Amino acid sequence: MIAYIIRRILYVIPILIGVNVLTFMLFFVVNTPDDMARMRLGMKHVTPEAIEKWKHERGYDKPLLFSSKEAGMRKVTNTIFFEKSVGLFVFKFGRSDEGRDIAHDISQRMWPSLAIALPVFLVGLLTNITLSMLLAFFRGTYIDISGVVTGVVLMSISSLFYIISGQYLISKLWHLVPISGYDTGVDAAKFLVLPVIIGVIGGIGSGTRWYRAIFLEEINKDYVRTARAKGLSELRVLFRHVLKNAMIPILTGVVVVIPLLFMGSLITESFFGIPGLGSYTIDAIQKQDFAIVRAMVFLGTVLYIIGLILTDISYTLVDPRIRLE
Amino acid sequence: MKKSPVGQYNWLILLISVLLLSCEQHAWNNPYSVSETGQNILYSSFSDRPNHLDPAQSYSSNEITFTGQIYEPPLQYHYLKRPYELIPLTATQIPEPVYLSKNGSRLPESASPEKIAFTLYDITIQKGIHYQPHQSFVQDASGNYLYHSMKEAQTADIFKLDDFEKTDTRELIAEDYVYQIKRLAHPRLHSPIFGFMTSYIVGLKEYAAELKKVVEDTDGYYLDLNKYDFEGAKVIDRYTYRIMVRGKYPQMLYWMTMPFFAPVPWEADRFYSQPSLVERNITLDWYPVGTGPYMLTVNNPNLQMVLERNPNFHGEKYPDEGEEADRENGLLADAGKPLPFVDKVVYTLEKENIPYWNKFLQGYYDVSGISSDSFDQAISVGGQGDIQLTEEMQSKGIHLQTGVGTSSFYLGFNMQDPIVGSLTEKARKLRQAISIAVDYEEYISIFNNGRGISAQGPIPPGIFGYMEGDKGVNSVVYEWKNGNPQRKDIEQARQLLAEAGYPQGADVNTGKPLLLNFDTPGSGPDSKARFDWLRKQFKKLDIQLVIRNTTYNRFQEKMLKGTSQIFMWGWNADYPDPENFLFLLYGPNKKSGHNGENAANYDNPEFNELFEKMKNMENSDERMEIINHMVGIAREDSPWVWGFHPKSFTLSHEWFGNSKTNFIANNTLKYKKLDPILRQQKRAEWNKPVLWPTFLIVAVLVVLIVPAFVTYIRKEHAVDAAVEREGQ
Repeated sequence: MIAYIIRRILYVIPILIGVNVLTFMLFFVVNTPDDMARMRLGMKHVTPEAIEKWKHERGYDKPLLFSSKEAGMRKVTNTIFFEKSVGLFVFKFGRSDEGRDIAHDISQRMWPSLAIALPVFLVGLLTNITLSMLLAFFRGTYIDISGVVTGVVLMSISSLFYIISGQYLISKLWHLVPISGYDTGVDAAKFLVLPVIIGVIGGIGSGTRWYRAIFLEEINKDYVRTARAKGLSELRVLFRHVLKNAMIPILTGVVVVIPLLFMGSLITESFFGIPGLGSYTIDAIQKQDFAIVRAMVFLGTVLYIIGLILTDISYTLVDPRIRLE
Repeated sequence: MKKSPVGQYNWLILLISVLLLSCEQHAWNNPYSVSETGQNILYSSFSDRPNHLDPAQSYSSNEITFTGQIYEPPLQYHYLKRPYELIPLTATQIPEPVYLSKNGSRLPESASPEKIAFTLYDITIQKGIHYQPHQSFVQDASGNYLYHSMKEAQTADIFKLDDFEKTDTRELIAEDYVYQIKRLAHPRLHSPIFGFMTSYIVGLKEYAAELKKVVEDTDGYYLDLNKYDFEGAKVIDRYTYRIMVRGKYPQMLYWMTMPFFAPVPWEADRFYSQPSLVERNITLDWYPVGTGPYMLTVNNPNLQMVLERNPNFHGEKYPDEGEEADRENGLLADAGKPLPFVDKVVYTLEKENIPYWNKFLQGYYDVSGISSDSFDQAISVGGQGDIQLTEEMQSKGIHLQTGVGTSSFYLGFNMQDPIVGSLTEKARKLRQAISIAVDYEEYISIFNNGRGISAQGPIPPGIFGYMEGDKGVNSVVYEWKNGNPQRKDIEQARQLLAEAGYPQGADVNTGKPLLLNFDTPGSGPDSKARFDWLRKQFKKLDIQLVIRNTTYNRFQEKMLKGTSQIFMWGWNADYPDPENFLFLLYGPNKKSGHNGENAANYDNPEFNELFEKMKNMENSDERMEIINHMVGIAREDSPWVWGFHPKSFTLSHEWFGNSKTNFIANNTLKYKKLDPILRQQKRAEWNKPVLWPTFLIVAVLVVLIVPAFVTYIRKEHAVDAAVEREGQ
């Protein structure tokens, strides 16, 4: 397994280079360094000298990918791409275009993101699995049918609708929790209730239908029939046998998202005023801060790859037949 | 002993009682800490995080909201008087300009601007003003600064400014103002007004070049500006400094109200330049140091920014004069009382309108603007166009305040364009025809909920040179009828179009339909509606308007290169002087090729000549006459469809006082006051928790679960029975 993991880690390098090149090209197709300087320096009374100075100080006055004026390796190394990318591979994110330490900002802002994402993930997982097992248990009955229909309806509604109607009902009409905001420590709880409830409800439709399908596939297998024939109760069959054997497809979808919980949610954070990494990324895109954008894309890619590797490892834990070679 | 059923559930009864009791005392949806209840704290919001809080760099309105309360330039605007009037802030009086000739001899006040080579402003500041408590001022027993040269190990546990143990203060001196003017030329700061100021402050450009060389030749981050002096800003004595300006530039006094000209102590610059602090984001750009009524105690622009009363504030009194209506409106009730009134101001980041608006209605924000989404809920427009608050707002005791801003939004023609540009009769008539056809009254009504007035020229109300009534009407576009300006009939526009060589919207020579291009960075549904409206306006003249949609950056590039044709643009006043609007049409200030603010690239020699004469004049009848002449020329040439001046609508709760719209001053927070007790009562009244829906939801869930549970039991029994039968 160790050899497998090392191989997977080595595969990461070309992927990260590819993602980095792609991010770089997409960003600079839309924005030139001059545009970035103008955006940063403002609209009024900005001189061409100020723009040149801004670019020079941040290294944006160099060629993008290839410096024909230089000799040898400097043709490649004395470029914006090289200088802005090489540090990322040792997780040195550098400073944002406005001069702030990106690693410090990320370390501060990942906690609010996690404070929402983790409860939504755990409560959502528990709720979805419970509901889908319930539907599987009552398969073919009115409960199952109405559950499936409700699931389809819930899936079809935009997340924005859940947020706005949740804020309207729970905060505005019923005055039960603050409509938006955030605080640290225990005081954060009152701000997290609403986004977590909305996050869980918003995920019920798709989650329940997905897990129901998995459970129904398992429930018709021979070992389940054998378990029933042994006289086990339906609940015991579901929890002891079906759930355990349905873990591989569940893990496929679940483990891969765990590292990404740090990255935050763009819409939720914006509507609830949560100072997480989702809003950090959106702000950076709006302000054309390439230093932050590349750092966040890089981090997202690394976390996604970690998620995939963890998924593979988790297979071996739930199914002894699987060996990573 | 057996407990009674009631006794068994004592804990539940107690819990419900506590819950119900707490409902009465504290609103559950209160986003603020319970400990803040009833305190003299103003709650506001911001939607864009400030980029800079360094007074040399900060320029945007969202930044000046904070820096305006922290930093104290020498002058300020009177809070209540209109037209806007300059008064001293830290200065002892408004400095009198001293005019000098080329050879340095003093000239009389009445000297003509051409003879004036330099102007001197000697500013004397008040004694005994102290800075807010700050770490950079702390000295040990031997007078060495404790935190100026810290080693890496000493800063290991420092992550924010509060992590330093000690703070101190010192008196404000003239040197601090000079130091800040020097900072405008600092090669690492990129002050947005540096380029502009080099035209006025003597020697600033050369000083910047000198500093640049010093920075290149030295390794350290700290640049001790006290070692390098220049002619344009000098210390005269401990409390007096001098600014030397090229020529006559009376607008310099207005610049002296802005944080660019506020004091910065060298100690702060030295303290913040330590690399170990810079690495931790502890910089002057993040933690400002001022003498103003407030100091920034929390700077988390991703969540909240907090201003608290500066314990060292030198004190200032609420004004005892104002406009006639101010006394009736209670704005002079606090005359002579010490400022500031509010102890603390909490600004919370609100990116979305819906939560922001609802929090205002719940009483969690004290003041609010009105977005288009909330307009109908807040404002009712009567049959005569009269505007008032809706019953819902009135029942909450909310007040409405309106005012026409010192801004202009217009549709510009690129005067370098071969079709719509140039000063030829043909192009002029084409622009005039379009000016009549584009109905900005309709635009204001549709897209701004009526919040604005159509512009008659470049100068907005409240600025010297703006004319009310029939004298101020733009006769190219309007006729004065029944005491109001009436847009000319579209037939007159068609006639002008025909005279321009495009009868029925077709070129008289080629017969081809006239096709014009509108360059815009706008996108999305809102913009599309505006584009459709604009197309419709041009269609009135049978002109086809092509919307050339592009990115913001490409649009800026087009404007800089002068390759656009028609565009929308706007300008907010820096200071209340007509020069700040008329320079938008001054030829040498063209955007194309000169990188100026004249976006239309308008260049009329007569207008330019008058501008040069007018810009240095004091407000007088003569100046008014020249301005009228200039505005007349511009109206005739029509380089802009004059557009509109937006009207601001501000809502405030009844516990919020001393609120008067001021579009120019930045430091008005100190005048605002609150009644926190009334606010607390209203919040409790408006935000009582409604619990029955929660109980209902629980009941519905129980109703749903019980049949399922019963079904499960039956199913299990059926299986058991079947197994039993199998066994038998």
